[in-house]
Amino acid sequence: MTAIIKRELYSYFCSPVAYVVLAIFLFFSGLFFSIICLSNDTSNLTYVFTNMFLVAVLLTPIMCMKLFSDEKRLRTDQALLTSPTSILGIVMGKFLSACVLYLVCLAIYVIFGFVLSFFVDPNWPVIFCNFFGLFILGAALISIDMFLSSLTESQMIAAVTGFAVGLLIYLLDNVSSAIPIDFLAKAVKSISFLSHYQNYTVGLFSIADLIFFLSVIALFVFLTIRVIEKKRWS
Amino acid sequence: MVEVSNITKCYGDKKAVDNVSFTVNSGEILGFLGPNGAGKSTTMNIITGYLSSSSGTVTIDGCEILDDPKGAKSKIGYLPEIPPLYMDMTVQKYLEFMYDLKKVKLDKEEHIEEVCRLVKISSVSHRLIKNLSKGYKQRVGLAQALLGNPPVLILDEPTVGLDPKQIIEIRNLVKSLGKKHTVILSSHILSEVQAICDRVVIISNGRVVADELTENLSKTLIKSNRLRVQVEGSKTKVISKLENIRDVKSVKTEREISTGIYEYIVDAQENCDVRSKVFFAMAEEKTPILLMQSADLSLEEVFLKLTNDTNYSNQKGGND
Repeated sequence: MTAIIKRELYSYFCSPVAYVVLAIFLFFSGLFFSIICLSNDTSNLTYVFTNMFLVAVLLTPIMCMKLFSDEKRLRTDQALLTSPTSILGIVMGKFLSACVLYLVCLAIYVIFGFVLSFFVDPNWPVIFCNFFGLFILGAALISIDMFLSSLTESQMIAAVTGFAVGLLIYLLDNVSSAIPIDFLAKAVKSISFLSHYQNYTVGLFSIADLIFFLSVIALFVFLTIRVIEKKRWS
Repeated sequence: MVEVSNITKCYGDKKAVDNVSFTVNSGEILGFLGPNGAGKSTTMNIITGYLSSSSGTVTIDGCEILDDPKGAKSKIGYLPEIPPLYMDMTVQKYLEFMYDLKKVKLDKEEHIEEVCRLVKISSVSHRLIKNLSKGYKQRVGLAQALLGNPPVLILDEPTVGLDPKQIIEIRNLVKSLGKKHTVILSSHILSEVQAICDRVVIISNGRVVADELTENLSKTLIKSNRLRVQVEGSKTKVISKLENIRDVKSVKTEREISTGIYEYIVDAQENCDVRSKVFFAMAEEKTPILLMQSADLSLEEVFLKLTNDTNYSNQKGGND
């Protein structure tokens, strides 16, 4: 697993992918931070983090699009699957490497915290909670995008479906309010990432929401493993 | 060392591999031969655990590939048909990655260096793989298969697309590897298998049609002892003299080479060498032999016969 993480990070940082992702992430983080916090003289990061949801939706497909599709296209999956590493190890290695890149993106918020500390005494637990929320949200999106990447040989298809699924997830709250059938609307709302994410943006460390995101990750890691195993048996 | 028993792989209705069984002994180089699309790569992918067979078992040095995949896979070095190379890595980084992936316990730097020396890629170890020529890419693929000194090496068409010099180099390398490893090598080139392998398994339409020692291949399959002789002299005299030799079954005139010189096909009893007898008989008759050669089928012909002759393969497959 560590071998896979190392290789994926190498491939991220030896190609433009990591830098493009970092640049876009940092640009929007900085934009939201300066518009919302610095211009309005507030240390409340809630809106910054709420807005970052969309940026995460747009960036995670880029980070994950080649995780498995490229392996299939270049036949390098033969090396992985004939090595004495379990499929779980391979999938987790890929997943964690994307998480590490994402975490590097998030590191900017530590700097924001320090910037705020020049003006007020920042509420560190709240900032940590915001930070953790954005991380676990991103990790869940990464697991979904990784699963999509395992379904195709084309990076493009993996990325585009990743955007579509991400946007749909983003809009689930609006979708649910448009559904006339009550229980269905409730069901859709309960799987909306936004409603589970909101607690973190206001600084609430919600165990229930944590379990929700962890379940999403577990589900899609499991599905990715199944997709790869299925290929052997088909 | 490697035991493949009754593996079958179905894609829908089509059987890509049909009840294939063979054993490879320790220290043996086995040639796995068949025309394109015969099921060679599928079989190799099943042996290495990349694909799973629909039925049948593969055992590597006592480890069953499905029951103990980690144990079995750690004993195999595999070079697939298309070498599994990450184009964005340098040779050194790639080998380090494969070393970690395979969980090799040997001294990292030293071992990678040794493997690079063996396949002669030390000079390119800091270049990006995507910039290497086909021959070097193939060698890097071979290098990753050799990492960890696995007891079993499985090489899928290792010389495809190389130039003649590289082909000879790779062949010699594989031959030398055969001293320390058990090697399964697939190819659709007969002379290659003949040059490298101790034993040959021929596969056609997913079935094993022959499993023989290389030197016995043509002999045992075409059970005859046939000579092609060109003799100068009267046809009737030569034929009667040849027919009188003990152990000669039949003599047939093949064609007239030029005036007074004929070519004959002499069929002898099994396991009888009649060459010296033919020589003395002709000497006695004062009809000089201009040419005498074995008329057994060449390996090439055996191969074509086996892979085209569906009757033969069905019969043989049925017996298996």
